[in-house]
Amino acid sequence: MRIVAAMSGGVDSSVAAALLTTDGHDVIGLSMQLYDQVNGKYEFGSCCTLDDLADARRVAVRLGIPHYIVNFERQFEEHVISHFVQEYVNARTPIPCVQCNSDLKFSSLLERARGLDADYVATGHYARVAKLSTDDGSDIYQLRRAIDDNKDQTYFLFSLTQEQLSRACFPLGELTKSAVREHARTYGLNVADKPDSHEICFVPDGQYADFVESRSPEISTSGNIVNHAGDTIGQHAGIHRFTIGQRKGLGLSSDKPLYVTALDAQSSTVTVGPRHALERTRLTASNVNWILKAPPHGAHVSAQIRHHHPVALCRVWADDKELELEFDHPQQAIAPGQAVVIYDGDLVLGGGWIE
Amino acid sequence: MRIYLDHNATTPVDSTVVDTVSNVLRDCYGNASSVHTFGQSAKALLDDARASVAALLGAKPVEIVFTGGGTESDNLAIRGAAGVSSPSGRRHLIASTIEHEAVLNTIKDLTRHGWTATYLPVGASGIVNPSDLETAITDQTALVSVMHANNEIGTLQPITELASIAHTHGALFHTDAVQTAGKYRLSTSELGADLLSISGHKFNGPKGVGALWVRRGTRLTSSLTGGRQERNRRAGTENVAGIAGLGVAAQVAVDKLPGETSRLRRLRDRLESEILCNVSGSELNGTGQRVSNTTNISFDGIEAEALLIALDLEGIAVSTGSACSSGTLEPSHVLRAMGFSPQRAQSSIRFSLGLGNTEEHVTRVVESLPPIVSKLRQLSGRHASRT
Repeated sequence: MRIVAAMSGGVDSSVAAALLTTDGHDVIGLSMQLYDQVNGKYEFGSCCTLDDLADARRVAVRLGIPHYIVNFERQFEEHVISHFVQEYVNARTPIPCVQCNSDLKFSSLLERARGLDADYVATGHYARVAKLSTDDGSDIYQLRRAIDDNKDQTYFLFSLTQEQLSRACFPLGELTKSAVREHARTYGLNVADKPDSHEICFVPDGQYADFVESRSPEISTSGNIVNHAGDTIGQHAGIHRFTIGQRKGLGLSSDKPLYVTALDAQSSTVTVGPRHALERTRLTASNVNWILKAPPHGAHVSAQIRHHHPVALCRVWADDKELELEFDHPQQAIAPGQAVVIYDGDLVLGGGWIE
Repeated sequence: MRIYLDHNATTPVDSTVVDTVSNVLRDCYGNASSVHTFGQSAKALLDDARASVAALLGAKPVEIVFTGGGTESDNLAIRGAAGVSSPSGRRHLIASTIEHEAVLNTIKDLTRHGWTATYLPVGASGIVNPSDLETAITDQTALVSVMHANNEIGTLQPITELASIAHTHGALFHTDAVQTAGKYRLSTSELGADLLSISGHKFNGPKGVGALWVRRGTRLTSSLTGGRQERNRRAGTENVAGIAGLGVAAQVAVDKLPGETSRLRRLRDRLESEILCNVSGSELNGTGQRVSNTTNISFDGIEAEALLIALDLEGIAVSTGSACSSGTLEPSHVLRAMGFSPQRAQSSIRFSLGLGNTEEHVTRVVESLPPIVSKLRQLSGRHASRT
């Protein structure tokens, strides 16, 4: 079977490609060039830099598979970066990796793969896809958490459709990270000990505020920091510098710790309060995607409101556009712009964008 | 069987060139500037190569300056001419809009240091109109640089006419002949230029070696300063093995001309007409007179990058334009200058033929293309309807 392996130059996607070659597949490595790497429009973060592309190329040579760099700068700008910047302008906290998966890897890259007669796009995500046959003979695809709880990346994949999942291949879903590194060493890959990337790839050193300002200069309007009594207790240098639940970098002196509890883009106001003011028992989300179908009204499920965050038990009311959750126990720092992903055990039901 | 159709990017090295280079590397390690026997045998190799390259260009050996390749030759020509003319107050440069980056970016760099530049347009034919040079040139113009054949579309420029206009106004004329040297027997006297760049690896020689032909009496400042090699025009110990290889490549080219040129023209013409005939929505880019081995064709609705990869997986190596600009998103400046839309520019593929290509290769390409193109069109149509 011909499979396109999306290769970022990291250990995960390298091993994913390697495992597929061992299984006898006809693997073609594709690396996405997502932003101008030559003219210095951006300084680079931790993923898909020129060195990473070189790593991917070296892995492909080692595995004896063809490898190409495909240029998706335009698509990345359109689907990922502009949305990322706009969300900060709207005083929300985006996670661009979700769009990168559904609108690039399993869209533009998948289309490239189909053009090369490949049936699947494989990535180094820690997630599992299961194909089930229904009574009427059609196939359905489930998305399940990876074996390695710690590395599970289904949170970033909730927006995939059935069609996308039917073309997705996640060779690492049944492996732990340490096993993946072990494989990398066995294959003799030069990336075996390469550190994991944790940051947003197109934002250098986590300096996302600078990045947003460079892309949207009008954003850095200062504003007031107010407390819950409505008193102005400080000034800030731009609302995009804050996220719900943030404690550091407020520039306030107070006997008790203060947290960002609300952001208002219109008036550029940051509201702060004590920790308990962050607690919410309800949330709504929009642009919902259900992997199969919306759960029944009032169903007991579990929800994850951030990457690397424990799930919380809740009830859900939903249709194909929106969902509402009521948590069994109050949740802290629910940040608009983040995804909420709904699980039933290790099964991903779907998710949406927190309002 | 892999089919190589990217000879404008680089060419396979001729086996006699390979032998020459490795023999020289092994046996003739002397420094050509040394007085002793070791140095003399190295110097003799440079002399032979100089004579061979001069023969290829219809020039005198003394006019040949060896360089590290086409880009360096262009730099030496433009910066060298600019350096000489600077005190005289001529601080204006002219080039065509479809020059190679080696010329365009060198001129761009000079414009950051007080030089002004004018760029000559080309129409959809891909050829500079001499009357545009008449309009652009002034008594401040130090140098006019127009390439002999364009690397992406292959169009031949009216060098003789352009050079004569430049001379009438007291300006020097440079031509980047990287894509014609070795494909034609050139005549520097007919062309009428003052400076002419060539590159070894474009005609089955080694990479990293080239030459600038400098008409006798043309003054140039050196862009590399140091020792007195190459009559003070290019400092640094000579790349004797590479230069010897360049010389042999020039001999091989001369021996095979003009038979090879007309053979390639026939192959190219067949490839081109059969693609245009068999693939719907395909159009030729560059309708003017062209170098014998090149054709550039756009495929409506196709991303050239996707087509290039699909062809490579079938064992057919082509390019989306200049190899030097691959990996950038910018649509080809050449096709844009010809007035084509960014879409058309980004759906264009260059096929460039060379020594090893056969009728069988052409047949395979012509057969492979239509199904790939229609599949890619189908998929992009699907994508467009979804979003």
